[in-house]
Amino acid sequence: MNIYDWLQILFYLTVLFALVKPLGGYMARVYQNERVILDPILGPVERFVYRASGIDSKAEMNWKTYAVAMLLFNAIGLLAVYFLQRMQVFLPLNPQGFGAVTPDSSWNTATSFVTNTNWQGYGGETTMSYLTQMLAMTVQNFVSAATGMAVLIALIRGIIRHNTKEVGNFWVDLTRNTLYILVPLALVLALALVSQGVVQTFNESQTVSALQSGGQTIAVGPAASQIAIKQLGTNGGGFFNTNSAHPLENATPFSNFLEMLALLLISAALCYTYGKMIGDTRQGWSLLIAMTIVFVSLLGVTVWSEKTANPAIEALGVVGGNMEGKEVRFGIVNSALWATATTSVSNGAVNSMLDSYMPLGGLVPMWLMQLGEIIFGGVGSGLYGMLAFVIIAVFVAGLMVGRTPEYLGKKIEAYEMKMASLIILIPVIVTLVGTSIALMSEAGRATIFNPSAHGYSEVLYAFSSTAANNGSAFAGLGANNPFYNTALGLAMLIVRFWLAVPVLAIAGALANKKKTPVSGGTLPTHTPLFIGWLIGVIVIVGALSYLPALALGPIVEHLMIFK
Amino acid sequence: MTTQTKKQTQMKQEMYRRAVVESFIKLNPRWMVRNPVMFVVEVGSVLTTILWIQAVFGQGEAPTGFIGAIALWLWFTVLFANFSEAVAEGRGKAQAESLRKARQDTPAKKVSSKVETFDANAKHEIDSSTALRKDDLYLVVAGDILPADGEIVAGIASVDESAVTGESAPVVREAGGDRSAVTGGTRLLSDWLIVKVSADPGHGFLDRMISMVEGAKRQKTPNEIALNILLAGFTIIFLVVCATLLPFSMYSGGAITITVLVALLVCLIPTTIGGLLSAIGIAGMDRMIQRNVIAMSGRAVEAAGDVDVLLLDKTGTITLGNRQAVEFIPVNGINAQELAEAAQLASLADETPEGRSIVVLAKEKFGLRGQTMEKMHFVPFTAQTRMSGVNFNGTSIRKGAPDTMIELIQSNGGTTASDLKPTVDSIARTGGTPLVVTRDNQALGVIHLKDIVKGGMKERFAHLRKMGIKTVMITGDNPLTAAAIAAEAGVDDFLAQATPEAKLKLIREYQTGGRLVAMTGDGTNDAPALAQADVAVAMNTGTQPAREAANMVDLDSNPTKLIEIVEIGKQLLMTRGSLTTFSLANDVAKYFAIIPAAFAATYPQLQALNFMKLATPESAILSAVIFNALIIIALIPLALRGVPYRAVGAAQLLRDNLLIYGLGGLLVPFIGIKLIDMLLVVFGLV
Repeated sequence: MNIYDWLQILFYLTVLFALVKPLGGYMARVYQNERVILDPILGPVERFVYRASGIDSKAEMNWKTYAVAMLLFNAIGLLAVYFLQRMQVFLPLNPQGFGAVTPDSSWNTATSFVTNTNWQGYGGETTMSYLTQMLAMTVQNFVSAATGMAVLIALIRGIIRHNTKEVGNFWVDLTRNTLYILVPLALVLALALVSQGVVQTFNESQTVSALQSGGQTIAVGPAASQIAIKQLGTNGGGFFNTNSAHPLENATPFSNFLEMLALLLISAALCYTYGKMIGDTRQGWSLLIAMTIVFVSLLGVTVWSEKTANPAIEALGVVGGNMEGKEVRFGIVNSALWATATTSVSNGAVNSMLDSYMPLGGLVPMWLMQLGEIIFGGVGSGLYGMLAFVIIAVFVAGLMVGRTPEYLGKKIEAYEMKMASLIILIPVIVTLVGTSIALMSEAGRATIFNPSAHGYSEVLYAFSSTAANNGSAFAGLGANNPFYNTALGLAMLIVRFWLAVPVLAIAGALANKKKTPVSGGTLPTHTPLFIGWLIGVIVIVGALSYLPALALGPIVEHLMIFK
Repeated sequence: MTTQTKKQTQMKQEMYRRAVVESFIKLNPRWMVRNPVMFVVEVGSVLTTILWIQAVFGQGEAPTGFIGAIALWLWFTVLFANFSEAVAEGRGKAQAESLRKARQDTPAKKVSSKVETFDANAKHEIDSSTALRKDDLYLVVAGDILPADGEIVAGIASVDESAVTGESAPVVREAGGDRSAVTGGTRLLSDWLIVKVSADPGHGFLDRMISMVEGAKRQKTPNEIALNILLAGFTIIFLVVCATLLPFSMYSGGAITITVLVALLVCLIPTTIGGLLSAIGIAGMDRMIQRNVIAMSGRAVEAAGDVDVLLLDKTGTITLGNRQAVEFIPVNGINAQELAEAAQLASLADETPEGRSIVVLAKEKFGLRGQTMEKMHFVPFTAQTRMSGVNFNGTSIRKGAPDTMIELIQSNGGTTASDLKPTVDSIARTGGTPLVVTRDNQALGVIHLKDIVKGGMKERFAHLRKMGIKTVMITGDNPLTAAAIAAEAGVDDFLAQATPEAKLKLIREYQTGGRLVAMTGDGTNDAPALAQADVAVAMNTGTQPAREAANMVDLDSNPTKLIEIVEIGKQLLMTRGSLTTFSLANDVAKYFAIIPAAFAATYPQLQALNFMKLATPESAILSAVIFNALIIIALIPLALRGVPYRAVGAAQLLRDNLLIYGLGGLLVPFIGIKLIDMLLVVFGLV
């Protein structure tokens, strides 16, 4: 790596960190119902939403009511997305006249967008009408992100509050998340992307005459608006099939920079929001630092791995690292940075093809997802997943200092451990069992396009991605068929809600506890030592859960290439 | 070797022999299932044993010897874990045995409640101790063994409680006051007592103690349950990891054997902590018993580690039981010796510790010998006069509290010296107790009585502060006195003029603030506060209500023992945490041993991960399994002894323990597995 590579990464992280405090502080004010600059414009809209939908914005919910509201809202969203796809042929804004999407693909896409996964088994520009893209995909891009953030806010309230059963109002959290945070940010980003040449139009696909023989059809559409929220809301579902490698989805190095920034922006800022809301910003910063350390270390591995050329190709006289599957516009560093960022948050948007990465370069994105999407992670869901790890880390560390473990004054007891264990357990089970079923079944093996270890990695990657609600695809696996559409759809659904509900259960349990004041015997959770311990727990749990599975895929592949 | 140590060695051998037998009895699946981690190991052992039998008949999936060795060592793993529990229980059982001897049926002299006079000759009938019921009365005379727990109704006697406390010095028990409780199984040495039975047979103090130390009634404590959930969570994860490895390996072109999968599973699941968890809990209770504290539940021991406020009685805990004279301050131009002389005369007959300390001080300072004059007429202290003194040769000397004495002088038409009041006030301000001495209605001066803070208390409180524990002194003194002593002793706070209600209120206030409160008490009036406190230690000399309300009883009746109790509680939790960390950190090395070995046939390239350079795939897997079993045995002493606790901040404790058990847990198995592998090769076993 040369100095410019480092500078690009450094510049990226600097801008990101500079935005954490202002945005995080703003979000904290939004969640605490304090005055924010957008009140005059959005206040009336918000009140109208409540009036129109008959919501008492002052009413509080206990965790169960909150969970039921969240599940209900998402169930309706699921049905809406499903039927919009099935009915698009009868609906307006379908200039290409696309037919109904198949039932299994519709199911897969519906679960995918509702769960904030945005795994795409379909090719957007050749399958979905503009109405489906906007009303189903874009709307879910907003509300699935807002759902994740709402669950996080309920958990934070559980930590702050004591001796109460109430954790907030789901409808209010959903509305305020969307209205005050996601819409304004998406608007700004969409305009910035349009300025760079990202397309935003209702016109049908354009046919242009190419230099060589005949014409070429160029798909267009209302892309910029969807891309903005796809990046910000850790969604990742591209407007076009090739996602952000497509020049009309990601036009220039600057648009690439903005899109990468948007990947981590909200998830990183939420750490500060968290610290602000619990009244101790050090706690938020230490989580952000823990995430950043893991991120930068793994980024280093990816960049190093991609900068190293495949010896077989090098033998042919090709130098300069592994450029296969990468856009020349972006180069190795910006592709590796994007790949690491998009899998560290549960985004999954791509600007290069991960299937063509070197084995260890591909291992990093896969492992980041297998860690449970907690290194930044999905908006809201990343931090609440991280907090589940914090609970486990605090539990063991708390014992080591000779006290019943407590986090921020709340005792961690059997109930919290049960829920935290579920949160860690379920993605592992879904990933590994899902992969096993695929490998053991005829239907699962039929569409693996590569042999041996690489083909295995592709299947493992697909389940790691869906069971982390990421949506990133390794490619090389034909996933748009009844088997994978159904199995991966199930994986996404199980993981999303079997994690969100235990998180809300923890929120309810913590809110109901009393708060223990800090004393000299209290384990501090903002020190470098604790950050190191937390990273250790995450890495060890992640490694122990997946080392054997990875050994048979990318690790052995690496050892085969570099004898 | 002396006979004493010989006997001990014999007892130890006997204990270990029994523990070995117990380890096999505990293999019963119905018992094992209580511990999910070890239950999985047992299932694995059965599975590999079946595979071995299959192999013996020529249907083996791997070399028979290899499967057999794995099966054998898996059984050892289970047995070692059972052994650790049995050893921990065994120590309690030995104690219970000697207690049980004290609880034998004894004849009881049952007294009818209709008897009018309670004395040594009260009418009684002989019955068995098992026939005594709650609220019955019985008589004991010197030489008798007390048939049941109870409260003394009449009499005073010295009791040998060594059967319960191990302390050979007899203690005095009497009706009324704070020393009225007696325990069944102890022996009366002198005099007689009439006792009201406080518990039905089988529910007495000794019975509860026996069942506690035996661990028969041991239930999992809240923290143990939480840890068990975490361990079960990891077990499920590894179960899935290993089970799915079978299809993964089949797809990769070479199915892994069940034997290797089971070996990998057992190595990964947290067997070290899973196997020792129960022993750690029992050992925690046992350490309490060794310090002569009987905890009524494991929950209480655990809670002790969390205590953040300690309520300590001033008298007897922080200060020596009694105030002592430290100075004579004359007033009105009287010389000090004259005052001392008068004070000594007034105190000659005063048998209270305060009175004696005055006589001693006069002797030390002025060489005055207590001399008894003829026709001395002593006036004892009464609640009405609130003073004491002496009359002789027409002279009357009195001593008493300042306000009483001033009132006396004034009512007899005298005036008090102008410097009396300031002297009295200055003593009170420093926390001392002033006593005014008068002779013939004239104030001679003031005796300064002072609470003497026990040596080393300041250090102990500083120690507690470092542990994050706040100390609060409870006293009946006025706030001024209390503040002075609190400052001298170095406690963080004090509650002056404490009434039972005030104590209860204080505890509740702390608890509402989220703090865990520990206190000691002995009197009946302490009972409500003891019941409210999270960790309540009653003195064995205390009253029955106090002992009932508490969740621990200190047989030594040493109030400062709370500090040790807190440390034991912390040790218990630390041991669990440290061994959990150790157990999980171990897995990293085991992966590096087993993964390359397991796929040696399919992917020989993975040998690159075998940087321990283990001889063969079989030796690698076997070494990991053997290490996994032996580490349990190696850590039994630590589990029983507990991870040492030092009073440093939480951050430093974490750093130290992470360094030892975290980093150690990462490195030790690399060395251990390599060594075992080398030994296997040397002895040609693989």
